Amino acid sequence: MLVVLAGVAGWPLVRTVFFSFTDATLATLDGFQGVGLDNYLWLMRDPVWWRAVWNTLVFTVVSVGIETALGLGIALILNAHLPGRGLLRAAVLIPWAIPTVVSAQMWGWMFHDLYGVVNAILMGLGLIAEPRAWTADPDLALPVVIAVDVWKSTPFMALLILAALQMLPRDLYEAARVDGVHPVKVFFRITLPLIRPALMVAVLFRTLDALRVFDLMYVLTGNSRSTMSMSVYARQYLIDFQDIGYGSAAATMLVLVLAAATVLAVTLGRVRVDAGR
Amino acid sequence: MGLKRTVGRIAFALLVLGIVVWAVFPFVWAIVTSLKVGSALFTVEAWPSQPSLANYAAIFREQPFGRNILNSLLAASAVVALSLGLAVLAAYALGRVRFRGRGLLLFVVLGVSMFPQVAVLSGLFELVRWLGLYNRIGSLVLSYLIFTLPFTVWVLTTFMRELPKELEEAAMVDGAGPFVIVTRVFLPLMGPALAATGLLAFIAAWNEFLFALTFTLTDDARTVPVAIALMSGASQYELPWGQIMAASVVVTVPLIGLVLLFQRRIVSGLTAGAVKG
Repeated sequence: MLVVLAGVAGWPLVRTVFFSFTDATLATLDGFQGVGLDNYLWLMRDPVWWRAVWNTLVFTVVSVGIETALGLGIALILNAHLPGRGLLRAAVLIPWAIPTVVSAQMWGWMFHDLYGVVNAILMGLGLIAEPRAWTADPDLALPVVIAVDVWKSTPFMALLILAALQMLPRDLYEAARVDGVHPVKVFFRITLPLIRPALMVAVLFRTLDALRVFDLMYVLTGNSRSTMSMSVYARQYLIDFQDIGYGSAAATMLVLVLAAATVLAVTLGRVRVDAGR
Repeated sequence: MGLKRTVGRIAFALLVLGIVVWAVFPFVWAIVTSLKVGSALFTVEAWPSQPSLANYAAIFREQPFGRNILNSLLAASAVVALSLGLAVLAAYALGRVRFRGRGLLLFVVLGVSMFPQVAVLSGLFELVRWLGLYNRIGSLVLSYLIFTLPFTVWVLTTFMRELPKELEEAAMVDGAGPFVIVTRVFLPLMGPALAATGLLAFIAAWNEFLFALTFTLTDDARTVPVAIALMSGASQYELPWGQIMAASVVVTVPLIGLVLLFQRRIVSGLTAGAVKG
């Protein structure tokens, strides 16, 4: 297992970092020269790269934030005893089951500037006067991407939080009810602290996932600069422009950002990655 | 009090209904769109006046979609079989045998599952070309192991730790070696866990986009997500939305079916992989 893992993960990663210090291109994979830190210096001077970094960070913070809040809400509803709970859970699972590419295409069609149902509904409600080019408008594209990600990933959040909710001890709630504590207070004083570890892990998972997002932007808005994520930027240079060296530098930077995010989360949020058993 | 309660209940029911609509509507809209042909596609109506299956026929006739499905099936099944096989052995070592650096090793395995795929892209590209697997399914099987293997190892290790130690000891007294213990004692007990992790790994492999997009070149070698993302019509400026939606529905219906069928196991698999991870 270790050998395989080293072969498909370790070695390519090492090569990527190595390539980032060279001028290798797809055509010259056999003959390239080291260029030191040049690739990184170019990267630091490219406004498109900084735009990609900014997009990725905004995307991550906003979508994970909304997903956590919505996921928590949905998990609380699913946890309550209500008729048709199984059906509700099944419905919520559907977005999660749909491949990202498919959901991107589905929403791309719904957000279509001329024939999209979103424009039709909003105009029918009188909220907008004329159709909007949702995915082409630089101001609207990123919010649209975030909206689609929220739709797709909230179920994951909700499921993880629900699992934590269902492991909570019943007697605590009994006691709170007997003492007549207000439900809101119960939520903040009992529920939230108890599910915090699970919540933090779920947030960390989603954050790392969001930081490396690729397919959603690629399918929904292509290589558009207004929504380009760091992964899209790196791949564009690696494959479309065939500049392995430069693209590798961008990819390596992404790894560093992810590593920093993980360290930050683990220390600040005191996430216990190993359950320690 | 009575009125307030009724209003509260109605509001709650509306909230639940809203969640269901929000979760399900895009998929329903995809189905509706896929049944529309010709100019009906460009009118917004809740149900096509002349529903037609022409789009479904077209994706199998005009696009190599059957071949794409076969590719996805082959790649995903091979990945699942390989990673489960390797993971069972690794999980035995990590979950049952005490050795130095076990915690660190588990941490590394988890870390691999989190780093961005684009970071290994250039290294993997080189490896794939060197192995002569470019534009073949083998390249996908190889690259998918990078995320399925850590996940399956992690979940199965968690599961194996929970199995009673007495079983193993009894087998050892009877003179069974590690291999016999794994195959004869643990394997039969792990059926449910294997099914859950295998299914999740299958879904992950089935949905993967970045590697599939990069390591395949021709229409015939593409997997389903890439085919859907790159589907094009007769002219460059005309996207065959009806066909794209039909393909999306074809791909998604079995997934939703599987997910709903194995709901409970999937939730437990996810939580074993995430909350304890």
